Amino acid sequence: MSFRLTRAAVARVVIVVAALAALEILCRAAIINRMTMIPPTEMVVALWQILESGKFNADILFTIVNTTAAAALSVVGGFGIGALLHALPRLRHAVEPLLSAYYAVPVFVFYPLLIVVFGVGRAALIAMGALVGIVAMIVNTLGGLDRVPPVLIKTAAALSVDRLRTLILVRLPAAAPHLMTGVKLSVAYSVIGIVAGEFILSTAGIGKRIAFGYQDFDNRTMYGMLLLLLVLVMIVNGALAAWEKRLHRRFGTQ
Amino acid sequence: MKASRFDHVLVLAGLLVIWQAVSLLASPDVVPSPLSAIARAAALLQSENFWKDAANTGRAFALACAIGIFGGACIGFVLGFSRFATEVADPILGTIYSIPKITLYPIILLVFGLTLSAKVAFGVLHGIFPVIIATMAALRNVAPVHRRTARILRLSWAATITTILAPAALPEIFAGVRIGVAVTLLGTLLAELFASSSGVGFALIRAMEIHNVVDIFALAVLIFLFAAAINGLLHFLERKIRHA
Repeated sequence: MSFRLTRAAVARVVIVVAALAALEILCRAAIINRMTMIPPTEMVVALWQILESGKFNADILFTIVNTTAAAALSVVGGFGIGALLHALPRLRHAVEPLLSAYYAVPVFVFYPLLIVVFGVGRAALIAMGALVGIVAMIVNTLGGLDRVPPVLIKTAAALSVDRLRTLILVRLPAAAPHLMTGVKLSVAYSVIGIVAGEFILSTAGIGKRIAFGYQDFDNRTMYGMLLLLLVLVMIVNGALAAWEKRLHRRFGTQ
Repeated sequence: MKASRFDHVLVLAGLLVIWQAVSLLASPDVVPSPLSAIARAAALLQSENFWKDAANTGRAFALACAIGIFGGACIGFVLGFSRFATEVADPILGTIYSIPKITLYPIILLVFGLTLSAKVAFGVLHGIFPVIIATMAALRNVAPVHRRTARILRLSWAATITTILAPAALPEIFAGVRIGVAVTLLGTLLAELFASSSGVGFALIRAMEIHNVVDIFALAVLIFLFAAAINGLLHFLERKIRHA
């Protein structure tokens, strides 16, 4: 098994490197026009120069701060609403169809409205990110609390642990792996909501720089910032996914 | 406890009451009342301009769905045929699926220009990955005894797919198709919001620029109804397939 796994990992690296090399060659040989795409190595150089000059530091910070705020709002709010709905089964069953259909409708069409309400800037972006992220956390909080083994709750009751401490000492740890799934999805969705918002209309941000680069035919800025965003997203998503896997293994839930 | 129909109606009524209350508190210039938004939505349904936009978006959406589902299923089948290929491809596809694809739209625009093809390509970029991932997972979950039966019967490669793998995997693939269709709609609309000269997304941006909140709400209501109807239809088909 572990041999197969490493073989798959090697194959994966080979495929990714080969794809990048092919892209590099196609760009260098001018089969892909420079106006369309610059070679991957040049993207790295462009990103390095951007970071070294520090000219977009404010934009990078803007996106990171807003995303953190939106993700925190979705995770805390989503957990709160999820726990509340779990405690009120009738309300929960009544709103469940709304929750399950939420990601089937493009909630993003509310962004123009948020701009009218909050004006162009931070508040509209954070609200958008939180709106896109929160329901994933609600759904996974419900799922996690549902899967707490009843024997644990009964043990707590037998030991006459009060409700609050049961929640903190028993339910939360037992639901942790599923909560982590919620956190992972909430963060990923918040990033998507915020970057999409920055693209459409914003005062600053990584997404705004990419969109500006495109409009100004400034491919070095566009691809440099694009690379930065992809790297950041992959690091965050990868770290959260690894953490989730560890929790699942520890609690034997998967 | 099973929710009654009454509870669902209550929730809908509650939402409308909240909407109305917010509208009264925040002034109807910022948040229009539900009645005015619904009346405007009904008026839009009778206007020629709206249908022109809807037809534009609809064409891109339908094309993107067709390409995304067909292409995704084909790629999923090719990769899913081999356990090793699945193991190699799964994390790569998962990573691509979770990145904010809007960042890639400028690249698509540079390749296709401001055309219908760009919108379609962006829709496909959204929808194809859930379909590939679901197809691969579905094939992985086909009971080994089915595969062995195919080998014992010495079915050809094509017959194995059409008579064993496809029917066994169809319900799970369909779940991926449902997600794929939803994100394809999102992708098509995002494309129009960012850069386009026609379509429902463009109408939304136009409404935002002139601060016409009633239009924004009316369009959002229509888009939500459309998306919910499609989602409901696909759910219905999925249940049919599962029980067939």
